[in-house]
Amino acid sequence: MKRSLAVVVAAAALLVSACGSAENLSGSDQQAASGEVVVGSADFTENKILAEVYAGALKAAGLKTTVKSGIGARELVVKALQDKSLGVVPEYTGNLLNYFDKTNATTTSEDVYTALKSKTPSGLSVLDKSAAEDKDVLVVTKATADAGVKSVADLASKPDFVLGAAGEWAQRWEAKINEVYGVKFKEIKTTDAGGPVTVDALKGGTVQVANLYTTSADIKANGFVELADPKNLYPAQNVVPLFRSDALDDKGKAALNKVSAALTTEKLAELVKRVDVDKETIANVAADFLSKEKI
Amino acid sequence: MIFADAFAWLVDPANWSGSKGIPVRIGVHLLYCLGAVLGASAIAVPLGLFVGHTGRGGTFLVGGGNALRALPTLGLVTFLYLIAGGGTGPVLIALIVLAVPPILAGTYAGIQDVDRGVVDAARGMGMTSGQVLWRVELPNALPLLIGGLRNATLQVVATASVAAYVGIETLGRPLLDGLRVLDYGQFVGGAVLIALVAVALDLLLAGGQKAIVPRGLRLTGQPTGPKKGKRSQKLVATAAQPDSGGSTA
Amino acid sequence: MGDLGKYLSDAGTRGAIWRMLLEHVYLSLLPLVISVFLAVVLGWVCHRYGWFRGALLGTANIVYTVPSLALFAIIPAVIGTQVLDINNVVIALTVYTTALLTRPVSDALDAVPAHITAAATAMGFRPLRRFLTVELPLAVPVLFAGLRVGSVSNISLVSVGALIGTGGLGVLFTDGFRSRYLAPIIVGIVLTLLLALLVDGLLVALRQWLTPWNNLQGVKP
Repeated sequence: MKRSLAVVVAAAALLVSACGSAENLSGSDQQAASGEVVVGSADFTENKILAEVYAGALKAAGLKTTVKSGIGARELVVKALQDKSLGVVPEYTGNLLNYFDKTNATTTSEDVYTALKSKTPSGLSVLDKSAAEDKDVLVVTKATADAGVKSVADLASKPDFVLGAAGEWAQRWEAKINEVYGVKFKEIKTTDAGGPVTVDALKGGTVQVANLYTTSADIKANGFVELADPKNLYPAQNVVPLFRSDALDDKGKAALNKVSAALTTEKLAELVKRVDVDKETIANVAADFLSKEKI
Repeated sequence: MIFADAFAWLVDPANWSGSKGIPVRIGVHLLYCLGAVLGASAIAVPLGLFVGHTGRGGTFLVGGGNALRALPTLGLVTFLYLIAGGGTGPVLIALIVLAVPPILAGTYAGIQDVDRGVVDAARGMGMTSGQVLWRVELPNALPLLIGGLRNATLQVVATASVAAYVGIETLGRPLLDGLRVLDYGQFVGGAVLIALVAVALDLLLAGGQKAIVPRGLRLTGQPTGPKKGKRSQKLVATAAQPDSGGSTA
Repeated sequence: MGDLGKYLSDAGTRGAIWRMLLEHVYLSLLPLVISVFLAVVLGWVCHRYGWFRGALLGTANIVYTVPSLALFAIIPAVIGTQVLDINNVVIALTVYTTALLTRPVSDALDAVPAHITAAATAMGFRPLRRFLTVELPLAVPVLFAGLRVGSVSNISLVSVGALIGTGGLGVLFTDGFRSRYLAPIIVGIVLTLLLALLVDGLLVALRQWLTPWNNLQGVKP
């Protein structure tokens, strides 16, 4: 009897302490109070590396940071910024602008960035854009390219092609690719965001066109051919930090601007390759970059 | 409010037609489940019958079954996908692996649970070992065996949703896609569909269980009412152990 | 296997895995503790008020058939939490474990022989004390049989949460999958199995400590 009583008391104590720590773990509304910056990232390697790089730079500037990595697509990440689960995330100018402004028609790097600054909803802002770009890109196998498909425009004459892309692709681009190039796919298959499912589907012939990202190491590794995009279906996609305005002080902003100034597309692709192909850890690759760039 | 969105998604006719329509998704989902449960039964039922009948390797079987139950489904699915380089095969294998333990446990427990007096009586009547198994032990084991099948089915329905992560076009697809773009209607609508399919299948199998169990067993087969003394306690204990465990993934 | 060594040789990786493991323990065991309380209360209600029994156990059966991925997704819709809230997983697993435990607890309470409760009453035990010191301890073996099943399935279910942003060791599966790297996936599977084994052992030990009369006579209450 005493034993069962002891267990009940111990379990109750455990429960109370667990409920206390639950608040810390969930991380909601915590950062404003403690001054801790939560850096978030979408669920693909490059974005995770960028989040680590941002966190490292903020730490070097004396801010307390944590990283919440691999959250999901933009829709979820922006929501998490707004409900204060996150403080800052690495973003891409073109897609972010399209997200904030569905009617956007700008495509060049500068135009997109200027428009983005004016369209970012209040409460959120962007810092300096970086020269590094990571665009969506439609790729085909070498055999398909050799058969005469070299540009997105060539897809207009291939109505039986199936596209493999992430779940959000259709919503974002299905109407636009038809409008710009007159392309209509036989089917848009949901695979994943430039991950193994997409790559394997293209290799295995389940899809004839796949949506990958320009920094992906898979393109070269599999001999895929990037389709030219002369009419700029996909707008410029410079890497840019998106943050909740009350999450960063001036020191933090300066630190992230230094990161953006140092990044180039080549450096970014190299970082991605070191993680995806050489299996180095994201934390090490990010730390290495920061020390090399003296940030 | 979110449920209103989900309802709107569920009743939108656009979501019910075409190759990505809800009927196709349900069909694919059920096809995977059927394949997995049949595959797992082909392995687990004979094995469970053999071990239960001969009494050899029982401890090993129960221990191994419990260990398999702790296998994380997502880990198994991603592992097999990468090993085999994609395709439907690895996903089916993962589903089978996860469906084996409940069927095995149900079959084994069913045979074990047959009253020894009944088996002895059958032997005394001059039945051969095979006759005892087929005519006495198996019919008596049916309630628990089908209970195992039900659990396996639930497990597989749940895991097939997870398999959408590796590109299988099951009912998990709308859920994962909806989450990516924060389309709550699609997200919760997909979840509701999965839940409905699981509940409907379970009810169907429960009906099948009632219909298939030999009439003579129906009165004693299920541990229902309270205060039945020792025998019902034992049944309850076994029900909590191999029978009702780990059915959701 | 060389991959595995290389993967684990990095101190940062080991630290991250350790944090995931702690999160996994938290996410899988907190629901277990909460649901013991809930199941004891609900089981007692079922035992005491027969009319409640059918409704509650029927609901529990249905809840238990709902796949975890679906339940993880429905929780925020029902109670209005953030989609990424770690508590969604805790609540969903609590619901499962409670659904799993309520019936055995109620059955076990029903199975306490009437003469034992009568004897306790005759000794002057009030209902609450009688429940806590006589009926509940006698239900411990059955409760623990359910707890063992619940702990194993919770530990394996938590990783599914990785698909909706909170997954403990499950994050190793999604990470490994994206970069076609088996090492993290293997580490995740092995740690999940070890954790399940360890918790199961602890539960068995705890049950033996709580019910010393079983060890002495080898007789079920």
